[in-house]
Amino acid sequence: MTSTSGDKSSTNQPEASEVERWASLIGGGAMVLMGLRQGSLRGALTALAGGGLVYQGATKQSTIQKAQEAIGLNQPIKVEKTVTINKSAEELYRFWHDFENLPTFMKHLKSVKVYDEKRSHWIANAPLDNTVEWDADILEDRENEFISWASVEGADVDNSGFVRFKKAPGDRGTEVKVVLEYNPPGGALAATVAKLFGEEPEQQIGDELRRFKMLMEAGEIATTEGQPSGRK
Amino acid sequence: MKAVCWNGANDVRVQSVPDPTILNPRDAIIKITSTAICGSDLHIYGGYIPTVQQGDIIGHEFMGEVVEVGKGVNNLKIGDRVVVPSTIGCGNCNYCQRDMWSLCDNSNPKGWIQEKLFGNITSAIYGYSHMLGGYAGAQAEYIRVPFADVGVVKVPPDLPDEMLLFISDAIPTGYMGAELCDIQPGDTVAVWGCGAVGQFAMISAYMMGAEKVIGIDRFPERLEMAKKFAKAEVINYEEVNAGEALKEMTGGRGPDACIDAVGLEAHGVGLEDFYDQTKQKLRLETDRPHVLREMMVACRKGGTLSIMGVYGGFVDKIPLGAAFNKGLTFRMGQMHGQKYMHSLLQMILDGKLDPSFVVTHQLPLEQAPHAYHIFQQKKDNCIKVVLKP
Ligand SMILES: [Zn+2]
Ligand SMILES: [Zn+2]
Repeated sequence: MTSTSGDKSSTNQPEASEVERWASLIGGGAMVLMGLRQGSLRGALTALAGGGLVYQGATKQSTIQKAQEAIGLNQPIKVEKTVTINKSAEELYRFWHDFENLPTFMKHLKSVKVYDEKRSHWIANAPLDNTVEWDADILEDRENEFISWASVEGADVDNSGFVRFKKAPGDRGTEVKVVLEYNPPGGALAATVAKLFGEEPEQQIGDELRRFKMLMEAGEIATTEGQPSGRK
Repeated sequence: MKAVCWNGANDVRVQSVPDPTILNPRDAIIKITSTAICGSDLHIYGGYIPTVQQGDIIGHEFMGEVVEVGKGVNNLKIGDRVVVPSTIGCGNCNYCQRDMWSLCDNSNPKGWIQEKLFGNITSAIYGYSHMLGGYAGAQAEYIRVPFADVGVVKVPPDLPDEMLLFISDAIPTGYMGAELCDIQPGDTVAVWGCGAVGQFAMISAYMMGAEKVIGIDRFPERLEMAKKFAKAEVINYEEVNAGEALKEMTGGRGPDACIDAVGLEAHGVGLEDFYDQTKQKLRLETDRPHVLREMMVACRKGGTLSIMGVYGGFVDKIPLGAAFNKGLTFRMGQMHGQKYMHSLLQMILDGKLDPSFVVTHQLPLEQAPHAYHIFQQKKDNCIKVVLKP
């Protein structure tokens, strides 16, 4: 008994500190992707949510990724972007938490269907009128603060992400940070999916977050599409 | 409807285009009764503003009558007579709420172009390039006004358009230019450029307590106007060295504040090859960076430079040593129309300000190409053209 519990605490100790490291990275937000270079975002998020056991999965994932890189498959697409929105964290969290709202400002998404508290079905617009689909699970959900999610086994596109809401200093509202990672699959789908966020994923995510801000602050998304011009 | 469309450098045409429609709940459609050509429209006309596309409807100074409102607009009704500020603000973001409307976070749907160059996104302006939002402009029969429930000013029916039109753009620009100078009693304020914005800057400087106002230009008719309406002393910089003249007129000190109302050519947009190209063109066309340099050298120690002329990119060879060692303050920006329009309207209603003196030409919209030509070439003593759709 004594020796077992001793073993347990000795194995738990380093795992807890790893989780803490991720927690502070994701919580602090700075250089998340740098910090995650060795492992996948999904691994980090799962570890953060599920603790030590899943952490094994995270390291395994990184081995798979290294193997993929070694045989020349596409690198995962990672983006992070932050915007400050003149609204309370509660309001923003509530809107975002209903994933079915996301396509109103995320142009790369065609639709999201929420099945239950954990699982949802996502359909994304890929280039050339293609779509890609996957199921995703919420990994961690801290009210008014943090939501992370990841696609489940067998997704067209393995992906994961999180959004974090943090009060901005002064009366500036809430800092909303989004980090996303996509692992383009191999084969025919790869080329289609590689461009899910266009040529410049950072800009695309930036645009989507800006539309989120417009929608939350101004109640509508500024547009000039459909206005007259003298172009033929 | 008919609209003035840009078709390339020095080529605007009045074309038939579809009528604007409501695209968002907070939109309104305005039937334009008067629209002016602004000095900064000349930069578009001349082809100096990047991200203006062939076919774009231009113009940003306008007023008219509400003909349609979106379901999110509760404070305007069909038939209201309105003046609309040239910069578009949402009214909800942190900047709008702090009365810095031209820094609005939400009105520019193409902000990513700007973000790369400026690091941030500023408000959209009607008819002023895609970098600034790509909204269709006002030199047309109708215009779509986004966020029409904020900023737009209702005006009474009894005053003529020419009394009211310029609270859309030229007056608040000049007024803000003077306000940024933080004028103290006894101050001398020098204003480079005696076009409409310069005239209103000079008048505003006096209203804010300046003791002496000096206008600098090279066109005799503008200098005459500055003397007559703005009660300014004037310098024709083609006849005398403006820097030396300013020293003489200020007891050797230099003006306490200097306003750039030249309406600068927007210098390209960051992309380096574009910059190199335009730099040359600008050198040939205009010595406008020269105004900035001249202000920095002419201003008294510890004075203020207020920059209202449009800058879009980079300026070369700025004497920062002069500015630094003299402890100058720089203040600048697109005007926050919505902040000033109501009080400016009140001044006009109270008879304290009659801006109609700047109008030298009133022409039908169809004659826009001619109007642009005479305004650019300063022919026919042209200072301000009002187009009537
Ligand atoms: Zn203007
Ligand atoms: Zn705003």
